[in-house]
Amino acid sequence: MKLNLKVWRQENKDAKGKFENYIVDDIHGDMSFLEMMDVLNNQLVQEGIEPVEFDHDCREGICGMCSMQINGEPHGPDRRITTCQLHMRKFKDGDTITIEPFRANAFPVVKDLAVDRSAFDRIQHAGGYISVNTSGNTQDANSIPIEKENADMAFNAATCIGCGACVAACKNASAMLFTSAKVSQYALLPQGKVEATERVLNMVAQMDKEGFGNCTNTGACEIECPKGISLENIARLNREYLAASLKG
Amino acid sequence: MSVLESKIPSGPLADKWTKHKNEINLVNPANKRNIDVIVVGTGLAGASASATLAELGYNVKTFCFQDSPRRAHSIAAQGGINAAKNYQGDGDSDYRLFYDTVKGGDYRSREANVYRLAEVSSNIIDQCVAQGVPFAREYGGLLDNRSFGGVLVSRTFYAKGQTGQQLLLGAYSAMNRQINRGKIQSHTRHEMMDLVLVDGKARGIIARNLVTGEIERHSAHAVVVASGGYGNVFFLSTNAMGSNVTAAWRAHRKGAFFANPCFTQIHPTCIPVSGDLQAKLTLMSESLRNDGRIWVPAKKEDAEAIRAGKLKPTDLKEEDRDYYLERRYPAFGNLVPRDVASRAAKERCDAGFGVNKTGQAVYLDFASAIERYGKEKAFSSGQKDASHDEIIKMGKEVVEAKYGNLFDMYEKITDQNPYETPMMIFPAVHYTMGGLWVDYNLMTTIPGCYATGEANFSDHGANRLGASALMQGLADGYFVLHYTIGDYLADDIRTGPISTDSKEFEEAEKAVKSQIEKLMNANGDQPVDHFHRKLGLIMWNKCGMSRNEKELKEAIKEIEELREDFYKNVRVTGKANSKNQELEKAMRVADFLELGELFAKDALHRNESCGGHFREEYQTEEGEALRDDENFRYVAAWEYKGEPKDAVLHKEQLEYENIELKTRSYK
Repeated sequence: MKLNLKVWRQENKDAKGKFENYIVDDIHGDMSFLEMMDVLNNQLVQEGIEPVEFDHDCREGICGMCSMQINGEPHGPDRRITTCQLHMRKFKDGDTITIEPFRANAFPVVKDLAVDRSAFDRIQHAGGYISVNTSGNTQDANSIPIEKENADMAFNAATCIGCGACVAACKNASAMLFTSAKVSQYALLPQGKVEATERVLNMVAQMDKEGFGNCTNTGACEIECPKGISLENIARLNREYLAASLKG
Repeated sequence: MSVLESKIPSGPLADKWTKHKNEINLVNPANKRNIDVIVVGTGLAGASASATLAELGYNVKTFCFQDSPRRAHSIAAQGGINAAKNYQGDGDSDYRLFYDTVKGGDYRSREANVYRLAEVSSNIIDQCVAQGVPFAREYGGLLDNRSFGGVLVSRTFYAKGQTGQQLLLGAYSAMNRQINRGKIQSHTRHEMMDLVLVDGKARGIIARNLVTGEIERHSAHAVVVASGGYGNVFFLSTNAMGSNVTAAWRAHRKGAFFANPCFTQIHPTCIPVSGDLQAKLTLMSESLRNDGRIWVPAKKEDAEAIRAGKLKPTDLKEEDRDYYLERRYPAFGNLVPRDVASRAAKERCDAGFGVNKTGQAVYLDFASAIERYGKEKAFSSGQKDASHDEIIKMGKEVVEAKYGNLFDMYEKITDQNPYETPMMIFPAVHYTMGGLWVDYNLMTTIPGCYATGEANFSDHGANRLGASALMQGLADGYFVLHYTIGDYLADDIRTGPISTDSKEFEEAEKAVKSQIEKLMNANGDQPVDHFHRKLGLIMWNKCGMSRNEKELKEAIKEIEELREDFYKNVRVTGKANSKNQELEKAMRVADFLELGELFAKDALHRNESCGGHFREEYQTEEGEALRDDENFRYVAAWEYKGEPKDAVLHKEQLEYENIELKTRSYK
């Protein structure tokens, strides 16, 4: 198929960006969206034009590096996948596809479609861990049985890949789904209880400091999340935060 | 030819590590504050090492090319992590894990290293659980296990099909704690471009800031290379797009010997190649072989009809199917090690029994597992007279609970529903057992330069067993390196900060800048991918699942020519002093073009078949690998001398005192 691409080009975080139009041909349905981008880029190199910068790495939906707002949706039109898992069979010959970076004040553009998501790392630095030394001198792994249901819920929260689609999908650019997933993982496990109060207070404070917006419960984040992280985590974060505030 | 000093401690195998820990030097906590360590790569090996070193008090600087340490490719490991916990009471022990690993590696790994790995394996699970890693659990609340290839016990711990993700996020969280304490400086979107030696010791690196293009000098008292494997030399592999050999190769160019480059793992269960413009292959976890049965049609005419689209796999009766692994290896069946399973698939496809359009695929079928689980479920839920349809429905639910995310991934990529029709799979490059040569202390042949995880060569011999890569990465980082590096750094407590103003740093920086200039000014018209794809085809066709003298010689010549062509005809667009993915790729491919040739040279010199290295000239009558222990029971460690063809071979003889050398049999 032949496709018209409207791609956001921006030299660096301070430069002004704009859309450029490109045409790619001979695209097959079995190709992934990023393989289509590879075709575009190799075409641009041969024409002597600087190719489009975009973040990507594992190309199997787990590293969380790829981003892109495709036709207005983070990771494009399909559900429960990242951009690298989006296949071209979701598009038709002659389609125009608009490709932009994730838009949020807390995610400045690095170049073209690549954005800076280090704010997510800083939220994790503020408390996304259990303070246990890595010496290995801890108790036997089976000494604390954990209810399967809680273990499974903690796992589901922990599958967040930190891609930022939740922020890009949110009209307020809120990072609540991301932050709540980490808070929930630890809140659901006995190992995480000891530092629960400080963790939630510090992570939320950092989230606010980074300039993410407030959550108004529209649920767009859950719909666009490639890993299906549930809104229940946000409810849990709110409970944890309230309890911690009362204690603190 | 020199003899490499492996520094294996004396004494009985099971006591070596304890004895060594008791005898080596320690650095006191106050002095650790005056010592800097650079860690390149933040996968399991790098993240765990940097967290542990920082926790002990060293000042750690980490480097990764991704935008966050959490994205390193360990994250994509699916199936699990081995540990000799013996929670299942099925006869597991440190010795058995050691034995399985040495045998699985076809007797080409170092006994003492492997035993230490088995010894600390149990600790890894304790550590990860304490960090809040959500492993799969049974209804009683205790940890669950499953089986992987090449073993007869259930020792694999897992978190659905995302074990690597959960373990890496655990190690990343340990890093975050140290970043928050100011003990780790994390440099993201940075690539190591060279290793800097001062007075023969590794004292720092030159790195490129991938956002600004700036060339930076970073000094330290020791450098740890934890940058992963080099599977992307094949272009198409299950590695991440950015995975590269550059850090390891630059260390090699500065004097670190490169060991067994030809030992590469081709994983049997990957989604087959679908088109010429494909950039990446996707693995289907080995855990699927717990329940999936691998087959091809027994009759050639059926295979032909399937390829032509005239017959569906589900139309074939049981007696018309050839479950070739169960037929050839009744004891291990579908759970033979990866190298054996991959070669068996290739053998059937070469013989004309392949089942996709190109004839390069076999089936992985869950129909019998669905029926078996359905019957069990019906029985245990009291539905003694459930209909066949009800049984199948219940069976599908059980399979979904176990492998749901993998089945979904398969369907997204191939547009076929694996609950209804068998998956199609084919082997693909997945892991590299070869890597920088290290001694028992994980130090390379450059003093102060260490290599951990997939970047080193030490533990997996000629073939790695499933769920052992995660184990090795974390063992090296959490439990081994900080002891051994302390022994070395004990001499550096009075050294003080290493200056980056020395002539050594200046020269290294100059060399990096001039290589960048050379690439930016190459006046060609072909994108970097063009050369990478070509290299990949040479590697796959001539250095892949089976190799022979004639083709390896051709490969060496072709790669040398391609390297010349690359520097003449590549076109790198954009600027050097800005974010430039073409330039990043060009630097990586330049190193792959050298490594590829050394790879072929190593494969050519090893006149035997062992593990993942299968030389057609050396096989048994039944087509199994034929080892030559008399002449090749050694590690081949190559010294850089300019061109890959001039590399000099050094041998580390492998001694087996605790395990009998046998022909590997899974029959």
